[in-house]
Amino acid sequence: MKKISWFEATTLEEAQREANATVSDFLGKEKADGAIIKSGGIDVLDLMKEGLIAPDRIVNMRNIPGLDQISYDPRKGLEIGANVTLTEIENNEGIQINYLALHRAVAKAATPQLRNMSTLGGNLAQRTRCWYFRSIDHPCLRKGGFICFAKQGENEYHSIMNNGGCSSVYASSVATALLALDAQVVIVTKDGAKKQVAINEFFVPPHVDASRENILKPGEIITAVTIPPSGRSQKSYYIKEGTRASFDWALADVAVVLEMSGKKCKSAKIALGAAAPVPLRAEAAESVLVEEGVSPATAKKAADVAMQDATPLEKNGYKVAIFKAIIKRAIEKTI
Amino acid sequence: MDTKKIKMPYGITGEKIQEVEREVPITEPDGWPVNAQLKQVGKSIKRLDAEAKVTGAARYTSDMQLPGMLIGRALIATYPSANIKGIDTSAAEKLPGVYGIHIMKNEDDREYPIIRYAGQPIVAVAAINEDIAEEAIDLIKVAYERKNFVVDIEKAMTPESPIVYEAAVEQEESEGGEEIAEGLKLEGNVRGPNQGQPRGELEAGFAAADVVLEQTYRTQVQTHNALESHGMIVDWRPDGVTIYASTQGTQGVRDEFADLFDLPRSKVRVIVEYMGGGFGAKHGLGTYGGAAGHLSKMTGRPVKMMASRKEEQISQGNRPNSIQRLKVGVTKKGDLTAIEQESYGTAGVGLGAGVGGVAQGMYTCPNFRTRQYDVFTHAGPGAAWRAPGAVQGIFGLEQMMDELAEAIDMDPMALREKIDPSRIRKAARKMGAERFDWSRRKPKASDTGPIKKGIGMAQSSWWRIHNLNATVEVKLLRDGALEVRSGVQDIGTGTKTILAQIVAEEFGLQTEDVMVRIGDTLFPDAPGSGGSQVTASITPAARNAAYQVKMKLFDQVAKILEVDASTLKLENGMIFSTKDSSKKISFQEASKKLPVSQITATESRTPEYKGDYLHWDLGSVQFAELSVDTETGHIHIDKIVAAHSCGRPINVRQVESQINGGVIQGISYALYEDRILDRNTGHMVNHTLDTYKATYAADIPEIDIVLLEDYNAKSSTDAYGIGEPANIATAAAIANAVYNAIGVRIREIPITPDKVLKALNQV
Repeated sequence: MKKISWFEATTLEEAQREANATVSDFLGKEKADGAIIKSGGIDVLDLMKEGLIAPDRIVNMRNIPGLDQISYDPRKGLEIGANVTLTEIENNEGIQINYLALHRAVAKAATPQLRNMSTLGGNLAQRTRCWYFRSIDHPCLRKGGFICFAKQGENEYHSIMNNGGCSSVYASSVATALLALDAQVVIVTKDGAKKQVAINEFFVPPHVDASRENILKPGEIITAVTIPPSGRSQKSYYIKEGTRASFDWALADVAVVLEMSGKKCKSAKIALGAAAPVPLRAEAAESVLVEEGVSPATAKKAADVAMQDATPLEKNGYKVAIFKAIIKRAIEKTI
Repeated sequence: MDTKKIKMPYGITGEKIQEVEREVPITEPDGWPVNAQLKQVGKSIKRLDAEAKVTGAARYTSDMQLPGMLIGRALIATYPSANIKGIDTSAAEKLPGVYGIHIMKNEDDREYPIIRYAGQPIVAVAAINEDIAEEAIDLIKVAYERKNFVVDIEKAMTPESPIVYEAAVEQEESEGGEEIAEGLKLEGNVRGPNQGQPRGELEAGFAAADVVLEQTYRTQVQTHNALESHGMIVDWRPDGVTIYASTQGTQGVRDEFADLFDLPRSKVRVIVEYMGGGFGAKHGLGTYGGAAGHLSKMTGRPVKMMASRKEEQISQGNRPNSIQRLKVGVTKKGDLTAIEQESYGTAGVGLGAGVGGVAQGMYTCPNFRTRQYDVFTHAGPGAAWRAPGAVQGIFGLEQMMDELAEAIDMDPMALREKIDPSRIRKAARKMGAERFDWSRRKPKASDTGPIKKGIGMAQSSWWRIHNLNATVEVKLLRDGALEVRSGVQDIGTGTKTILAQIVAEEFGLQTEDVMVRIGDTLFPDAPGSGGSQVTASITPAARNAAYQVKMKLFDQVAKILEVDASTLKLENGMIFSTKDSSKKISFQEASKKLPVSQITATESRTPEYKGDYLHWDLGSVQFAELSVDTETGHIHIDKIVAAHSCGRPINVRQVESQINGGVIQGISYALYEDRILDRNTGHMVNHTLDTYKATYAADIPEIDIVLLEDYNAKSSTDAYGIGEPANIATAAAIANAVYNAIGVRIREIPITPDKVLKALNQV
């Protein structure tokens, strides 16, 4: 890795003033300078190690005061600062009780050591782990190239839905839980204003712009994630299937949030991770539960419906079977 | 040579231990009793370097910094098959801080190397730091003339495949590596067959069988992934070269370096104090050691060249894959009548992709034939990898034995009772089965829910390897201090500690009282850590040298006490005459009275004592218990019981540590690891540790070890190795347990969720 200089930001304004590039600005280009923001630094360091990005300046936002809090207000809901570590989220009792899906998604992420280092903001903004994207030898669609190498290549871990263009999957499994929980991402824009964006609008699918995976522009920073209050009738669950029990990316993961009124299901939100280039809501499956109630039979039906439009590639058909199993189990576990 | 007759223990713990008489050289000590009667040997002794390792005080090659040292980095090939038309290093040469550039040729008569795999090192650069070295690499321009390539073994076997080597290829095996037969035919990319030692008549054998089964088993390419990557620091000075190496063999590095640079071996010194892991690929100089040598010679400065993780995965060795067809006949009573084996494996651009001798040697069967072929592909070279060949061979053979047992309606253990001549494995089966409770094994696919449990077992075989080129010097100093010196290296297995135990036992001292200096070719030569040969080779040499020092001390003491030296004994710190117990002197006092400041003795390994082995090989039996989620395809290993023998265990904790490590790597091989090359670009796509999946902490089950002591009365320590035997049976035991769980046999590893779900028709 080449030499870098380090800027220790103490305010968001400083960080915004110093940072003039995002990861996308480097990808597939000969760009040799630029300052990018890091929080936990896990993904930035990985991208630098592989030679995919070569910033000459790192702007550290990890120690900016005020971004490391978890707060809960019964009317506004939960707010988690961008610099809160995954370990802190995992250990938060209120989150475990009220947002079990989020707790489980965080607890299943990476390893204890990595969870100690990674922050929520960085986890959401990390780039895909597609091994072609991560390889300097493969100039893929996301790096300004013309083909998705996975399509005719080694695609056992790639997407099974919405995979007509780039067939990578979103790396963050925490995002899967946040999508089902209707989270909002709080972003400070270049002019210092704060905006709240629904998480499904935070992700950028490759058919819109393959070079990016989220809406962040240079100088924009995630400051927090908010989640609406968890009503007493809301329950959630999350299941991740990896090859290994820990230190693994999801082969498939699912978050389910149900609002029950007696036996009736008032609302259902099912989010799928590692299925498509961005986390997806399984809306047809949600309708099954709302219309037919929640039972082992409807759970199975919902799981099948969620997968009815799957378009697996040569080597990842097994992921469809895993999704069917874990969607059904997650629904059953939620109630 | 003068000899004497001594009594030695002979037998297996848990069974009757006899006493046998052996005729041994007069220079060697009397036989030790069984471990239970010893004080240092056969115990669980803490490693001498435990604290240094856990506190980070231990300095590995990759930690070392020498004054004026340059950092070497490599430019690696972008394409899997190419001729190089030109390499322009002019811009790199002009970069301030760059001291040397070396082109890594692979054909003597060509200016540039021929590229045969993506990631092949081409040019090495030495600069004042890593940043500048990498910047220089970026400035080098290589003009490639691309050629067609093949990375898939089965495609490489077809007549229309691109060819990796145009002419017949001979390569030398690495120390402890899979044997490479010479002069075999090369047709296209297929070299062979290596036919081992056939016996009997196959056709008659199959005709005599009641059941003949024929199946194909497949194993994947596995990379080594030692925590410390391959690499060396070469410090070339006018009066001699010093090499700090991450190596499994100090002597091998010295010899290869001296040969390459036409230096006398005396002018090359190789040092490895701490080793960050080696599983077979770290013998010899290696590509980076050679490059560091050229660069150090060129620049007159020490040059450190360590492989990056990516380079480590691609170019620094791997376990070749295998496609093995086995055809075996068995009678209803469970006698094997014929074994026919044919295998194809690829070690990329290297050789050594056979499936070993386990099918040939482990079981009683009158008729046997094997044909083992190497297939060249445009991929990084294979290397020895913990029990090369045997790990692949056992995966096929031990599943086939289970398939045969089922076909003749016999318990898998009962079939092995019938066909396995080893009394050591017989004892291991008995003790292991009791510990594991084999009797609870249910018929296949008995569980009704989505999670199905299964149990299975497999056996293994490895040679009792020892090397006469194993020399140790023992020194006694006037203050009673003892020092052991040998060029042998400790690659993390605990060699340093066992040497201290041996000498401490001989002198009636504590292990930590003995200073061990090893891992340096300044000291007497010793073999590389390969073939599980080090303990069997070096411990008798150490004991014999210690004994000689003791005898020299006794000669001095005999004069002081005015007794015959042959009547003297050393126990609990006292030297006394067995004839007259009033004639005594403490060990410390006796040392002080030495006429010179030290006594030394240097001894080498002597040939195995004449007499029978309990059984020729080192046997193990491993049992696996696991759960298969039939809806997600996920396999969870619940428990492994590993019953092993290694002759006389010297340090029980270290032996158990080796078995734990072997089992963990076996689980990793069975379920997770797989080097994946992109079929269209030839690049390895999973070169990072998050995508090259090896067993992680949460996947490791309870490992219960049954350690046999098998006394063969063959040397002054009667110890053998354990590193490789520990790794052989696990994958087959797991595959057999998966079959017991789900009732469908998966004959290919790694057994991923994909394969489980496909086997169950869920995909």
